[in-house]
Amino acid sequence: MTVHELIRSSAADMAAKLAAGDITSVELVQAHLDRIAAVDGGERGVNAFLHVNAEEALAVAADVDARRAAGEELHELAGVPIAVKDLIVTKGQPTTAGSKILEGWMSPYDATVVKKLRAARMPILGKTNLDEFAMGSSTEHSAYGPTRNPWDLDRIPGGSGGGSAAAVAAFEAPLALGTDTGGSIRQPGAVTGTVGVKPTYGAVSRYGAIAMASSLDQIGPVSRTVLDSALLQEVIGGHDPQDSTSLTDPSTGLADAARLGNVAGMKIGIIKELHGEGYQAGVENRFNESLELLRGAGAEIVEVSCPNFGYALGAYYLIMPSEASSNLAKFDGVRFGMRALPAEGPLTIERVMAATRAAGFGDEVKRRIILGTYALSAGYYDAYYGSAQKVRTLIQRDFAAAFEQVDVLISPTAPTTAFKLGEKLNDPLAMYLNDVATIPANMAGVPGLTLPGGLADEDGLPVGIQLLAPAREDARLYRVGAVLESLLEAQWGGPILDRAPSLAETPAVEPVETQGTAATAAAKEAN
Amino acid sequence: MSTETLVGFEEAMEKYDPVLGFEVHVELNTKTKMFSSAPNVFGDEPNTNVNEVCLGLPGVLPVVNRKAVESSILIGLALNCKIAEHCTFARKQYFYPDTPKNFQTSQYEDPICYDGWLDIELEDGTVFRVEIERAHMEEDAGKLTHMGGATGRIQGADYSLVDYNRSGVPLVEIVTKPIEGAGSRAPELAKAYVAAVREIVKNLGVSDARMERGNVRCDANVSLRPHGAEKFGTRTETKNVNSLRAVENAVKFEIQRHAAVLDSGVEITQETRHWHEDTKSTTSGRPKSDADDYRYFPEPDLVPIVTTAEWVEELRSRLPEPPAERRKRLQADWGYTDLEFRDVVNAGLMDEIEETVTAGATAAAARKWWMGEIARRAKLADVDPAALGVSPAVVVEIEKLIASGAINDKLARKVLDGVLEGEGTPAEVVAKRGLAVVSDDGALQKAIDEALAAQPDVAEKIRGGKVQAVGAIVGGVMKVTRGQADAARVRELILATLGVEG
Repeated sequence: MTVHELIRSSAADMAAKLAAGDITSVELVQAHLDRIAAVDGGERGVNAFLHVNAEEALAVAADVDARRAAGEELHELAGVPIAVKDLIVTKGQPTTAGSKILEGWMSPYDATVVKKLRAARMPILGKTNLDEFAMGSSTEHSAYGPTRNPWDLDRIPGGSGGGSAAAVAAFEAPLALGTDTGGSIRQPGAVTGTVGVKPTYGAVSRYGAIAMASSLDQIGPVSRTVLDSALLQEVIGGHDPQDSTSLTDPSTGLADAARLGNVAGMKIGIIKELHGEGYQAGVENRFNESLELLRGAGAEIVEVSCPNFGYALGAYYLIMPSEASSNLAKFDGVRFGMRALPAEGPLTIERVMAATRAAGFGDEVKRRIILGTYALSAGYYDAYYGSAQKVRTLIQRDFAAAFEQVDVLISPTAPTTAFKLGEKLNDPLAMYLNDVATIPANMAGVPGLTLPGGLADEDGLPVGIQLLAPAREDARLYRVGAVLESLLEAQWGGPILDRAPSLAETPAVEPVETQGTAATAAAKEAN
Repeated sequence: MSTETLVGFEEAMEKYDPVLGFEVHVELNTKTKMFSSAPNVFGDEPNTNVNEVCLGLPGVLPVVNRKAVESSILIGLALNCKIAEHCTFARKQYFYPDTPKNFQTSQYEDPICYDGWLDIELEDGTVFRVEIERAHMEEDAGKLTHMGGATGRIQGADYSLVDYNRSGVPLVEIVTKPIEGAGSRAPELAKAYVAAVREIVKNLGVSDARMERGNVRCDANVSLRPHGAEKFGTRTETKNVNSLRAVENAVKFEIQRHAAVLDSGVEITQETRHWHEDTKSTTSGRPKSDADDYRYFPEPDLVPIVTTAEWVEELRSRLPEPPAERRKRLQADWGYTDLEFRDVVNAGLMDEIEETVTAGATAAAARKWWMGEIARRAKLADVDPAALGVSPAVVVEIEKLIASGAINDKLARKVLDGVLEGEGTPAEVVAKRGLAVVSDDGALQKAIDEALAAQPDVAEKIRGGKVQAVGAIVGGVMKVTRGQADAARVRELILATLGVEG
């Protein structure tokens, strides 16, 4: 098998080849480092990675190979590399959250999910790009430049986790971690033709994910197949005593559910409020096609109404900024990260904090801090934060009522396919509308999965199909998702990413010799 | 020196009726902090008892310390409070570098303990009931030290140092309802209330309760209104009142200052005041209004605390004897008069005397030392007697040395000097300073022989039966031995030497 073929397979297949001794983890990691070196950098590079962790990844891979050679029993995904969204803290690599204010900051501790990756001996390829502090739907709000969509380098890869989705779509990594507060895993998945899951709130520890909105944030898997996401969620999930909101009884049997292979007799609900008007025609067509396939596989498709979903976006844009304004207060230049001094005048603590925050935060972050500060202010709290929490309760009730009728819900993941870089940058409301279908799941804490549903007729770009399940029933997403995936792939004759244009590879420095290619990766790192 | 104009306290009391209110912060002595696993230890090298959580680094999450919740419930039960079945934390938001997250995790709308009361006994035995509004859990801030300024205040400082060892230490804030009707006894009640709270938390074992270390800190609210008025006057909140005497003095000072301001026809500014122990006065802090906007909202990183009836009752069963009942018992055990016992309580020495008696001293000897020599020296040093540096063990050891005849009362005072000067245990001081009573009969006999030879006429009188003249010879011997002889033994030896029956 060529390196080119190797990096295009699923994580599960890579794991099988490693276990069979067909390939080594060092070869696998090196192949990905070479791919990163070839497609990620330069003016027209994907720019999925903010930091490439070549040396450590190769060392972990070599260790896995040695252990495997010695006959040690290893985790199923041991030696399979992964990329980590740069919102999640890692020892030994910088963590920027896509912000200038954290430029150069090295976390002295690992996030719980990173500890779990290390325990499973998965080499970490590096840290992926994101909208600053995960605030955005296009990755254009990164302080380190936008990530480009591998399907069309002039288009956005979604956000905030555009880096993780693009890395997986461009075969720079088979797996990645994302975070999803209002759709930051699922919407990038939709527009890049990849799979992403926001688990049930509390199913995965948030310890070490830099908080945007604590009651909405959730870490989850990003991959090219449904089974791969299930395998990864099993690695990162579970109760964490360091996260008080983590569930003590998290969902299990996710990979088994993905392998089950039938949906006969299941009831699947179309959410009346989450399709139709406002949704691109090509999105709507692919969505209907998926419904037909599921119906053909023996599922019963019904329509349900969630009347309060119409208020979800508005309520989200009160709760999220309120929590964010508080969570981001700690970035003040006193203890860590950037410190800016006022250009003139006295150096009081207030003025240094203000200068640091003025210089360190980008416009979207400032916009949300200001919104949230306002919404929590005395005299406005009840009208804004208080009312938004009531809406949240109504959305939870809508879900509860819907799940009394059906096993899972289905909708398009995003209303449109990937738009052009810069197209919505100066129109925050248009940008916010990208998450209209993904936000309700965060508001209610229920799990959501996106998988590729095909390409839109009008622009040939990927469309995402979203599945939603009751809290703690993440397994249902994997069961239905894997069936729909196999039906669609049978129709397409292979994975959707086979249809993506191949990226022009920057001529690498002698791509065969390990040292030389590591140097290429290191050069990218230095950029 | 204070530049404030004051009215005499009696004069102020003739015109005005004071209303008090207290916020007492109690630092719990849990092993770890309120929301992190970092150690809760006082006095270590700055910024060593910290981890990523109490430093507020990116990505961290809080976890509630169960032991701190139990301590809070114990305090609430001892203050006769109701315990909430369900309560939450909130974020109190303000930017200040001693608060790493730039918000304090505290309780806001639903404190764990509420609606309690505490009966306070004043010096003359009058009992005054103080109503408790709430006792809630929160975390302490780090400690700022302002460098380069003359005053140690932030104004005029060149730079400030932050020690986050204290950041995240569990606190319980006990808030009273407005205390009306104390009249001229307000300063005394203030002191007695804080003393009572300190005693309760110490007795519960939930706090080290050392005010000089900030384990118990009091913010005292004072307002005045004309006699007969119902509406409260504008209040001030005096911060940093960190000894029992300071509480009394600060309340008295603010009453006198308020009266002067009101007499001059000016309104009281609602503000925080800072107490200065050196000048025994307060100065203006920052203006504080009820509209201060801390943008409180429910802490989304923590789940609500649920207290089951079983848990609360189990904790109630752990409550130690209430201090008032304990006082009755101890007074009876020790056989002190009401006056003697009240003096002991007011001197804050009940625990010390109890420990001293438990360690083997008689109640009378314990009182003699603590209320005598130790209290006298504490007064000279202007500290609380308990904080002077004498431990119950020292008192017991000195008493044993006296009982064994190794030292006498006069030497014992010198031994105490040695202990306070850091020369070691009483036995070590006796050895180092050569303070032991001269009991070597040979050495004494030599001194006696010399004294008798020096005063032959006195020796003659004694031989002649005037035994009372022996005092002059004893005095001579004691002088030669620099007081280190046992006078009774000297007397015996003199009479034996002269062949006279004592």
